Amino acid sequence: MKTKVLAIDDSRTIRNLLAATLEEAGFEYHCAVDGREGVDMYDDVAPDVVITDINMPNLDGFGVIEELRGTGINSKVPILVLTTESAPEMKARARDAGATGWITKPFDDQSLIFALKRVTGAVA
Amino acid sequence: MQSQAEVKIGDQEVKHAQQSEFVSFTVAGQAFCLKITQIREIRRWSPVTILPHAPVDVLGVMNLRGAVIPIYDLSARFGLEQTEASERNVVIVVAVNNKPVGLLAESVSEIISINPEEIQDTPQVDSRHTMEYIQGIISHDETMVRIINLDAVISVPEQGLS
Amino acid sequence: MSGSIQDTFFEECQELLEAMDEGLTVIEGGDHDPETVNAVFRAVHSIKGGAGAFGLDDLVAFAHKFETVFDEVRSNKLQLDVKLIQLLLRCSDHLADLVSVARDGGGVDQEHNDVLIAGLEEYLGEEEEELTFEPMGLGGPSVPLPLMDEAEKTYEIRFHPLKEMFGTGNEPFFLFQALSELGPLKVVLDETELPGFDAMEMDESYLAWNLTLTTSEPKSSVEAVFEFVEGLCELSIASDKDAEEEAAALAALNAAFGMTGDNAEPETPDPFDAPASAEVAPVATPEPTEKVEAAKPESNKPEQRGPKPTLRVDLERVDRLINAVGELIINHSMLAQQIANLDVADLRDVETELEGFKNLARDIQEGVMSIRAQPVKPLFQRMARIVREASAATDKSAKLVTEGENTEVDKTVIERLSDPLTHILRNAVDHGVEKPDDREAIGKNRVGSIRLSASHRSGSVCIEIKDDGAGVNRPRVKQIAIEKGLIPDNAELTDAEIDNLLFLPGFSTAKEVSNLSGRGVGMDVVKNAVTALGGRINISSTPGKGSTFTIILPLTLAVMDGMVVSVADQTMVVPITSIIETMRGSDDMINSLGADGTLLSIRGNFVPICDVAKALGLRKPNGDQPPGVYLLVETETGARSALAVDDIHDQRQVVIKSLDGVCGNIPGVAAATILGDGKIAMILDPESILAASPTSATFDTERRMSNAIAS
Repeated sequence: MKTKVLAIDDSRTIRNLLAATLEEAGFEYHCAVDGREGVDMYDDVAPDVVITDINMPNLDGFGVIEELRGTGINSKVPILVLTTESAPEMKARARDAGATGWITKPFDDQSLIFALKRVTGAVA
Repeated sequence: MQSQAEVKIGDQEVKHAQQSEFVSFTVAGQAFCLKITQIREIRRWSPVTILPHAPVDVLGVMNLRGAVIPIYDLSARFGLEQTEASERNVVIVVAVNNKPVGLLAESVSEIISINPEEIQDTPQVDSRHTMEYIQGIISHDETMVRIINLDAVISVPEQGLS
Repeated sequence: MSGSIQDTFFEECQELLEAMDEGLTVIEGGDHDPETVNAVFRAVHSIKGGAGAFGLDDLVAFAHKFETVFDEVRSNKLQLDVKLIQLLLRCSDHLADLVSVARDGGGVDQEHNDVLIAGLEEYLGEEEEELTFEPMGLGGPSVPLPLMDEAEKTYEIRFHPLKEMFGTGNEPFFLFQALSELGPLKVVLDETELPGFDAMEMDESYLAWNLTLTTSEPKSSVEAVFEFVEGLCELSIASDKDAEEEAAALAALNAAFGMTGDNAEPETPDPFDAPASAEVAPVATPEPTEKVEAAKPESNKPEQRGPKPTLRVDLERVDRLINAVGELIINHSMLAQQIANLDVADLRDVETELEGFKNLARDIQEGVMSIRAQPVKPLFQRMARIVREASAATDKSAKLVTEGENTEVDKTVIERLSDPLTHILRNAVDHGVEKPDDREAIGKNRVGSIRLSASHRSGSVCIEIKDDGAGVNRPRVKQIAIEKGLIPDNAELTDAEIDNLLFLPGFSTAKEVSNLSGRGVGMDVVKNAVTALGGRINISSTPGKGSTFTIILPLTLAVMDGMVVSVADQTMVVPITSIIETMRGSDDMINSLGADGTLLSIRGNFVPICDVAKALGLRKPNGDQPPGVYLLVETETGARSALAVDDIHDQRQVVIKSLDGVCGNIPGVAAATILGDGKIAMILDPESILAASPTSATFDTERRMSNAIAS
C-alpha cells in the first residue's frame, strides 16, 4: 500500500512540485486547491498524511488544521505545514493548532521526503 | 534548402547513395522533375478562383480538402509562355515550409529512378530564371530532364509576409 | 521535470499578476476590503513561493519586501493612503517585469528596483528581519554542518515525549525509524516512570526511551530528526567521544539556533504502555455527515469557493475542432445544394432533416467558438499599467477606468488588440489629457480620466476608449495634413473627416516625436491592426471635452455573415456588417461626374459609385459597365459609397479562411471562404476597395486629378 498524501496548496506550481517529487518517491498523491476543498476531500481521500500551505483563500492552513483536528473530523494523521517563514512564531502557531511538523519553502526533494519520513515512517 | 542538401550529401557519399525516385512531367514542352518525396498528390486541373491583382504566374487559389492553396503556373514562372489551362493539365501539389502549394504542369510523364551521381550541374546559360529554378539536370531516355529547385520556385515573398 | 513545472510557474505567475493587478485596482478605487487585500497578499506570496523553488533570487527578494509591506497593511499596521497605493501599483508593475525577466531573460532595471525597495522599506519598521529563507536548524542528512567531523560516533539519546506531543500527530516509532537510517540503532524502553495502574492518568505521558545510535553523520542530522518534536519532549543527545567537548559544541549550536537545548535532565519514572501513542492510528474514521454540517455554515460565501473548475486544453486541439466544424458547415451547404439539384418530386422530409442538421452544426460551432472566447479583463488590466507609465512619462495624471471586463472575445482578437489599445491609450495620455495645472485652470479634475469599455453590440464586440482631455485639435490636424500633402490646401472637410485624418498613413500630430506615443508608428498602424481583425475603428471628438475611439470587432474570426455576389464572373462575398442597403440599379439612377466619376442617386442623394471589378483589376478591357446591383456601404468617416457588382445571390454564414501564407496582402480582399460548391470565394473588404478606387476615395483628390489627366 502506498502512503497517501493529501496536499493542500493554492499554488499550481507548488502542487506540481509536490506531485512530481511525491509520485516519483512512490507516494500516492492527492491535492486540493484551497483549505476548504482540502477539508472537504479529507474523508474521501483518507490520507496517511496531510501537507498544507498556510496562506490560502477559503480557509487558511491554520483553519485546515483546526478543522481536521477538531471534533468534527478528529483526525490523528500527521499534518505538515508548508511555510516560507521559518520564524519560530509561525511554527509555534502551527503546532498549537495541531500541526505535526513543517516544511520550509522552497523545499528540495530530500527535505520533503525526510519530513514525511519522520512523521509517517514512509520510506521513499 | 532541404532538397539541395540531400543532393549534396548524395554527391559526397556515394557508398550510401541509393536510387531516388523522381516524378517527371512536362511544362511548356520541356521535361522537368521533382523528387517523389516532395510531391503530396497530383490532381487534374479544375478552374481556380482568381486572386485579384495577382502576378501572371499565380493562377489563383483552389480548395484542397478545406485548405486554401495557391496555384502557380510553372511555365509562366520559368519565364516561358503562359499555360492555357485545361482539363488535360495537372496540378502537382507540393509542400513548401509545410504549406501546400499547387503547381500547374502540362502532364505527368513517369516515375524515374536516378542515382545521385547521375545528376549533373546546371550548365551556364543566359536565362537567370533557369539558373535559379533548376538545381541540376539528368539524362533520361535520351532526353534532358531538369530537376526543379522547389525552394527557389516558391520563394519567401510568395509565402505571405505574416 | 523542472522544465514543465517551471512553465506552470510562469503561467501561474501570469494569473497571479492579473489577480494582483485586479486587487490593486479595486484598492485604488477606494475599496479596502480585507479579502481584497488578502487576495493581493496571497498572489505576491505565491509568486515568491514558486520563485524560491526555482532559485529566482531577484524575484524572491523583491516579492518578499512587497509582501512584507502588504502584510503590514493586512494586519492594519499600515494605512492605505494614496502614496502607498501608488507605490504598490508601481511595485506590481515591477514585479511583472521581474517575472518577465526571469522567464525571458534580459536585465533588471536595478536602479528602479532599488528605488522601489527603498520606497517599501520606508514603510517597514526597523526590526524587519532579513530574509529568512534558509531552512533553519534542519535540512536532513544531506546538509551537514561544517563543524562536525565525519568519524563514526555513538550517540546516547534520551527521548521523553511530553503529553503535548501526542496531540500533534508525532509518533516516536517513526522518529526512531528515521534515526535508524543514520546508522545502527538500539532502542530501550524506559517505563520506570509509569505509576501504578490506579494512579495513571489517561492523557499523561509516562514513557521514555534510551537510544544508542552509531553513525558518521554529524550531530545536527540526529537533531534534525527531532526537529518537529522540539519543545514537545525532553531530549538529550550525548556522544561517547569527547563528551565534554561535544556538550560544549552542542551548547554553542543550541545557542546559535535558539533551541531549548541539552539540559534535559533525565528523569527516571515508571513504566507502562503509552495510551496516547496507541490511539494515534494513521487511519481516521470520522463521521462524514457531522463534518459536512459543521463545515457548511461557516463558509458563508459558498458560491465563491475557489475558481470554477476549468480544463486546460492545447489551443491547437481547439483550433482543429473549429476547423472541423467549419468543414461540417461547408459540407452541409454542399449537401443541401446537391439535394436541391436532384430531380426529386418531394424533398420536404429531407429538407426538414437537413435543417435539423444545420441547426445542430450551428450549435456545435457556437459551442466550439465559445471555447476560444475569453474575457477582456486581463487585457484591460494590462492597460492600466500603460496609462500609469504614460502618465509618469509625460508628467500628467490620468486614471484608467474599465467597464465590461467580462465581455468575451476570441482569444486571437484579444491578443492582437493589445498593441492598438496600447497605442491609443498612450496617445490619449500624450495628446489628449492636459497637464494637471491646465486642467485645473479650466475647471476639470486634475486627474484625467480615460474610460476603457467593452460590450457586445448586435453580433459584434465594441471597444471604446474615451478620454476627458482636450479633444482633437482640428485646425492643427488639418494644417499638418495639408503640410504633409495628405489633402489639398483648399479641401473642405467636415469635423468627422478631419478627425479621421489621424488614421491616414504618415500622419503624426506630435511636433517632435515624443518618446511615448511617437515610436515611429501612427494611428494608421492602429487602424490596420483593427482592420486586419475584420474590425473598424472610428473617432469622435468634442473640443475641450475629449475624444472617443470606437473599435467594432467581429465576435469571432472564424465565421461571419456575408452577402454572396458576382463580380466579373467570380463569386465573392461582402461582409453583411458593412452593407447598409442593396438595390438594383437602373440607368436613370446613374449620373456621370467628370471624366470617370459616376454617382448613384438614391432618393435625392448622390453617392459615388465604385466598380468592384475595376477596383480589383478584374474587368476585361472591353467589358461594358453592367447594369448591376449596388451595395450601399459606409466608410469609417461616415461617407457613403455604392459598390457596383454584377449580381447578388444570397446571404449566408461563411467560414473565414485566412489568406496569410497563401499569398501576400491583396488590396480589396480580406480573406477567402469555401462555398457550397467547394469553390473558393474571396471575401471583400469594402473599405480597402474604396481606398483603391480613385472615384470614391474621400480625400484622394490629388490622385483623382492625376487619373483624370492620365485618362
